[in-house]
Amino acid sequence: MTTPTLTQQAATAGTQETAGYAARIDHVSKSFGRPGAQHVLDDITVDVAPGEFVCLLGASGCGKSTLLNLVAGLDEPTTGTIDVPGSRPALMFQEHALFPWLTAGKNIELALKLRGMPRAERRPEAERLLELVRLKGAYGKRVHELSGGMRQRVAMARALAQDSGLLLMDEPFAALDAITRDVLHDELTRIWGETNLSVLFVTHNVREAVRLAERVVLLSSRPGRIARQWEVDIPQPRRIEDAAVAELSVEITEQLRGEIRRHGQH
Amino acid sequence: MASTDTTTETRNAADAKAADARGSETAGLEAGLDALETRVVSRPPVLRTLLTKALPPLVAVVIVLALWQLAYHFEVKPHYQLPSPVDVWGSLREKWLEGTLLSYVWESVSRGALGFVASLIIGTPLGLLVARVRPVRAAIGPILSGLQSLPSVAWVPAAIIWFGITDATIYAVVLLGAVPSIANGLVSGVDRIPPLFLRAGRTIGATGMKGVRHVLLPAALPGYISGLKQGWAFSWRSLMAAELIATSPDLGAGLGQLLDQGRVGSDMSLVLAAILLILIVGIGIELLIFAPIERRVLRSRGLLAHAR
Repeated sequence: MTTPTLTQQAATAGTQETAGYAARIDHVSKSFGRPGAQHVLDDITVDVAPGEFVCLLGASGCGKSTLLNLVAGLDEPTTGTIDVPGSRPALMFQEHALFPWLTAGKNIELALKLRGMPRAERRPEAERLLELVRLKGAYGKRVHELSGGMRQRVAMARALAQDSGLLLMDEPFAALDAITRDVLHDELTRIWGETNLSVLFVTHNVREAVRLAERVVLLSSRPGRIARQWEVDIPQPRRIEDAAVAELSVEITEQLRGEIRRHGQH
Repeated sequence: MASTDTTTETRNAADAKAADARGSETAGLEAGLDALETRVVSRPPVLRTLLTKALPPLVAVVIVLALWQLAYHFEVKPHYQLPSPVDVWGSLREKWLEGTLLSYVWESVSRGALGFVASLIIGTPLGLLVARVRPVRAAIGPILSGLQSLPSVAWVPAAIIWFGITDATIYAVVLLGAVPSIANGLVSGVDRIPPLFLRAGRTIGATGMKGVRHVLLPAALPGYISGLKQGWAFSWRSLMAAELIATSPDLGAGLGQLLDQGRVGSDMSLVLAAILLILIVGIGIELLIFAPIERRVLRSRGLLAHAR
């Protein structure tokens, strides 16, 4: 589109290029409460390469949302460092978290405004982002007038409006019905393919992880440690019911079950 | 830049065809889902709204008038103590023909409005401070909510000692009545904001004053407006108390003074007429100003759709 977006995107990508990663999580541990309390996250080291799509997978209590909060800068690690070159990462939640006092378009424009975009450019850019998530014509709609899937797409457009190069997603499709979720998987894959966005996606749904990611990182629970990683080289666009997706999902699920079983043994 | 470009390109080249086919399929599916799941919010016809909303209170008023007339007819109290609705109407008409009726109303309404605006200007930052600054809240939060239960007429003697029988006395009483309820409304509005909004605001860069302006205040608006409504009710009440007690020929005469004039002259129909006017102004401002604003805010957020 117009120059400002491209320059800025290029600038962000540029910082990522120089750094060689979109996010670096380096020996990060996190515990809450008293010092010496049991770690929620224990010695996590993960890099997200520029343009890479990484899924963090784990059962409850593995600290995956905690880790995402750390990367988002909403919390500080107890030990270790987190480095995100470029601007503040965009974050999507399980709930759409759109502001009900603004229209869909104005929600996006607020993110554009806060990022410093001049007023005259905001409206066309918001329209472009809505078109990107295939919601042309939803500009003037209020949040309550949209369906769950549409709201998550507007939330995605708002996250993209931050133009940050790194998109963090915290189980963003968990509350949607299966068909809507499939559609949003397609959309996310498409948008990721069309931009040079790096994505760090948290989920407890193995199939979803295999459907979306280039790399799946399995976390163990209490404390959250990296149990194993898989490179997923099934070509995109995949489908959640593809045989190859199912096959890898079975393997990962076995491992995940093993991790969960360990907790019942003492 | 190089490696990203190559990744994107390979991605695109390998999957372009499949993606195209899938893309249009997804688009179609998505359009279908959007169409199926979009709620159509329609407003009921005006006539029906009028019928269901305006008719019941009208009937209630007619019944009250009828009972009143009956009580008059059977002389529950002597006529000089309980005049008929027609007598009260006569008093109103008399004041109207004298050309003074509107000046009484205007005097009070302008005082009320000015006092309310001043309360708004003081109460809003005060409420924000109490809501967001923990030590301030610990210090004056309880006092502020306690002040709400103090009838502001209790301030009248103090204000008269401080300011004499002047406009300052009247405004002081109005402010002491309205400021706490406006501030408290804002505090409870802020307290009820879902934490997710604040988190979402922070991630898109709404921090500090930007956070207050773009997230905190709009999110607290429904609670704030109900605080304003209550603030107006308190202003009006306090004003009447003050006007009733602080009467002096030097002071412009409002509805409270009209009421006092009726008491002094033992003119019961004038007293009732004044009460009626006070009531009508109070209800009228709530209905003409606050109710539409509140409805608009709630409707635009989809908070009214079920309440019909």
